[in-house]
Amino acid sequence: MENRLYKRDIISIADFDRKDLELVLETAAQLKNSPRPDLLKGKVIASCFFEASTRTRLSFETAVQRLGGSLIGFSDAGNTSAKKGETLADSVNIISSYTDAFVMRHPQEGAARLASEFSSVPVINGGDGSNQHPTQTLLDLFSIRECQGKLDGLKVAFVGDLKYGRTVHSLTQALCHFGAEFTFIAPKALTMPDYILEELDAKGIKYSFSDSIEETTPQVDIIYMTRVQKERFDETEYKHIASKYILDVDSLKNAKDNLKVLHPLPRVDEIAVEVDKTPYAYYFQQAENGVYARQALLALVLNEVL
Amino acid sequence: MRNKLQVEAIRQGTVIDHIPAGQGIKILDRLQLLDSDASITVGFNLPSKDQGHKDIIKVTDRKFTEQEANQLALFAPSATINVIDNYEVVDKFKMALPDSLLGAFACPNSNCITHNEPVDTHFSLRAHQGDVRLKCKYCEKSFSKDIVSGL
Ligand SMILES: [Zn+2]
Repeated sequence: MENRLYKRDIISIADFDRKDLELVLETAAQLKNSPRPDLLKGKVIASCFFEASTRTRLSFETAVQRLGGSLIGFSDAGNTSAKKGETLADSVNIISSYTDAFVMRHPQEGAARLASEFSSVPVINGGDGSNQHPTQTLLDLFSIRECQGKLDGLKVAFVGDLKYGRTVHSLTQALCHFGAEFTFIAPKALTMPDYILEELDAKGIKYSFSDSIEETTPQVDIIYMTRVQKERFDETEYKHIASKYILDVDSLKNAKDNLKVLHPLPRVDEIAVEVDKTPYAYYFQQAENGVYARQALLALVLNEVL
Repeated sequence: MRNKLQVEAIRQGTVIDHIPAGQGIKILDRLQLLDSDASITVGFNLPSKDQGHKDIIKVTDRKFTEQEANQLALFAPSATINVIDNYEVVDKFKMALPDSLLGAFACPNSNCITHNEPVDTHFSLRAHQGDVRLKCKYCEKSFSKDIVSGL
């Protein structure tokens, strides 16, 4: 396969077309089957977390190490010059001159796009505020493809906080390339934003709304759970809401055999622990897949030919 | 000819004509024309052949920058700009909605990186149900033109 991602910045899932997505997923599958500890040999990767995010950082750093690369960087901005008032532009300019790729996470929206304009090496966005987290979407897609054996024409339900959940927004956008059909299950205050629905309309994508997980499970291939944050509601309201948007074994009793449950993790109480033991649970495999998806990206961005 | 008489002709400068009625005041404010020392003649709600009513702004001894013209296009895409020299129109162009706006407005998202860094804001524009949506290149959020311009 032609490597369309060589030397490219990985900023936003909106920059990916279907072929780009397929290339990453195919590469991730290959790397999962046969490890390649040589692909980043001799390369130095910056891992700069201007905001702490232990899971994402460890996943990236594992990916680099498994491909034979070495790392420099920091795990939060507390002790860096950013704290002394240096601009991100200057930090990126300097750090990128030491390295072959720049992985970053930042609390502000647009930080990764901006960094790519000042970096001499490819920038990989590990999350910029509430905006994008493209590697999360890639690992979600990879997991869906893995557990369903395909990506085309799937029926996917999203449950929980669909308003603020950037993983939900990006995954819907990515799945549009594969003709998905969506069901949205969310409290009124946390429903899917209009601008995403407008995009779906413009692309002719089918979607519907539902109030009940139980009534939705028999119709869908994937249930993507997200957390409803307590602090968005007062206590009684939250109790009422939480009961409706918690996935338990009962709500899966009429599920399709191929149904799989995904969750970006960490979960709090939106998936009952009993669900872990059912064949529907796929969220731990999903988390593990993060390393393969990130390996694939790094390998593609830094090697013209794999 | 009656229109011409209602607003005095200028010798040198720029005339923004065919502004949709009601938008003239926004343009004065947005382009901070009143803060400059240019002398300005305005006409609000004048009869117009094609528009019914229109606003018109004449600015003496002043040419518009490209950035100002872009901002103008956002509020009054149907307006025309006439460059006047010695009472004659020497250049005339129609406003068109640009594909993007550079550095004209701050991003309404207070957590957008553009507020802290040495870059121009960059919005891509798209018509949406009679309004214009502006999408920030950096934070990727979309806003209506009224929100972006703060009017
Ligand atoms: Zn912005």
